Amino acid sequence: MSAGVAQSGTVDLPLGNVEEQFSASDTRWYRLVWSSTKARVGIIMLLGFILVAVFAPLIAPYEGTRTDFAPLLPPSGEHLLGTTTQGGDIFSQLVYGARVSLLVGLFGGIAATAIALVIGMISGYKEGSLTDDILSFVTNVALVVPVLPLMIVLVAYSEVRGVPLIVFVIGITSWAGHARAKRAQIITLRNRDFVTAAKFAGEGSGRIIFREIMPSMTSLVAAGFVGAATGAIGAEAGLSFLGLGDPNTVSWGTMLYQADAQGAVAQGLWLWVLVPGLVLALLITCLTFINFGVDLLSNPHLRED
Amino acid sequence: MRYFARRIGFFLATLWAAITLNFVIPRMQPGDPAEVMVQKLAGKDAQLNPAAVEAMRAMLGAPEGSLLEQYVAYLKALARGDFGLSYTYYPYPVTEVIGQAVPWTLVLVGVTQVLAFVIGVTLGAYAAWRRNTRFDGIVTLGSTFVGTLPSFWIALLLLFGFGYVLGWFPTAGGYSTATPGWNAGFIADAAYHSILPAVSLLITAPIGWVLGMRNTMVMNLGEDYIRLARAKGLPDGVVALRYAARNALLPSVTGFAIALGGVLGGSILVETIFDYPGMGRLMGEAIGNRDFPLLQTLLLFIIVGVLVANLIADMLYGVLDPRARKAES
Repeated sequence: MSAGVAQSGTVDLPLGNVEEQFSASDTRWYRLVWSSTKARVGIIMLLGFILVAVFAPLIAPYEGTRTDFAPLLPPSGEHLLGTTTQGGDIFSQLVYGARVSLLVGLFGGIAATAIALVIGMISGYKEGSLTDDILSFVTNVALVVPVLPLMIVLVAYSEVRGVPLIVFVIGITSWAGHARAKRAQIITLRNRDFVTAAKFAGEGSGRIIFREIMPSMTSLVAAGFVGAATGAIGAEAGLSFLGLGDPNTVSWGTMLYQADAQGAVAQGLWLWVLVPGLVLALLITCLTFINFGVDLLSNPHLRED
Repeated sequence: MRYFARRIGFFLATLWAAITLNFVIPRMQPGDPAEVMVQKLAGKDAQLNPAAVEAMRAMLGAPEGSLLEQYVAYLKALARGDFGLSYTYYPYPVTEVIGQAVPWTLVLVGVTQVLAFVIGVTLGAYAAWRRNTRFDGIVTLGSTFVGTLPSFWIALLLLFGFGYVLGWFPTAGGYSTATPGWNAGFIADAAYHSILPAVSLLITAPIGWVLGMRNTMVMNLGEDYIRLARAKGLPDGVVALRYAARNALLPSVTGFAIALGGVLGGSILVETIFDYPGMGRLMGEAIGNRDFPLLQTLLLFIIVGVLVANLIADMLYGVLDPRARKAES
């Protein structure tokens, strides 16, 4: 245990070293993440997904939304994975689907992390006050309310279906776990000497929370973001699978929704069912791998092996 | 006792929050909620079903009056058990439709959840006890991999493989006998139909507990009281089960309600795939038919179910761990 602490050098240093401590860890964090083999694999895979999403029009032979091909063609040179019952090219849909998943992951992750940060940090900094009581209660409620049914109802009520709506709904429903973790973290930090010094210097609460304390929690924020992005991607797939996705774009969830609705399973069109789920699982795997690297930042014990 | 009072207080407060949320969600739309919704329906289909409008009004209560008056009327209707009429199953009340679905989901999710807990905790504890061995590696890495698979996709693959290709299990429904009833034949038939949906959920459900239990137990194994137990010459089995696992189990109990929410979410998708007659499939139908009274009441029932499970887990935790009681007294 003590070996881990000494090795990380970021846990309990004497007062004078605070500045050095942060700048030192800041220049090294990416190297630390990169030092994990799993995280390296994850980052390279994620880059692959990003390239596919960005260059989708170059990679996909057709528009993802085109449905004017002959239905139920077997895989061939023209249609690498065959066509759907409605005459869509499965491979093109797959390529364009990466865009939706990555966008939802990015923005859903940012939205959930931002809400978690604001609520968790204010609540933790004001620990014991009425503000904290109210915010903690809201967090605990959001934590026990099952997320998917709530998202379903929120999306079902909305007139405009689409990626922005899904991002919004994911943001306002999926922040509670991270908010609680951040509250716990800030409670351990808020009585540190550098915070007291900032108070004596006359800085306001907002500035202390977000300018003084937050930079020392970068790794926790990063871990929270990767986790939230993973959850957002899974949630979009689930919502789209229930037919609540954007009807005008193709995502892996809507592909599976159509496959299920058209009876692909009963008709033995297994490629149509297998492939979207497989790429979804791959994307989630690579984010999980990246999280192994991010965990190294926040948990020095893991660095020993 | 302070601990128990606080937990019950939290339960009541969250219950109130859930009920209020249920009131607020339909009213977040701009304009008069009933009118907006009726218009929405009219926009979708030119032919407007008067039953639907009626059901909508019944759900929203009297649209006239201030928000406070509406809220009071809503609470009164709830107290009477009046949740409006479903317009998928018009003229049946929502509660009756849901009542028929509840036992299916309760059994499916309940059994899956308990099995997931037992499997997860056992695997996690054993992996921690044999940490850094091959078994530990397989369990930890395997859980991480399997945890990335979406449960509804697993369900589709199982349905395809075991339902259609091999033909070992039924592909849809909760039973094939004509009359449901409490007899051995029907129960066996229902159990047979529930195997694929249950397995779909069970593949991913234990993973949180496997990893959580393993981490807590590894930490506990480094504690002094374990060293003392070993020094006393207690057999390995006693140290593992009565000392380390027993203490490591406690945090797993508190995660029960949150995990239940996850399994319930998964069951919505899985029931839709297997056409299983529970609340999840009903929710799928309600989405497709824009049956808002049904959808809304299902959400309320699901939330209340999780809150009750949470309260039970909290009570149990208080009984099991004296530290929890002391910390808040």
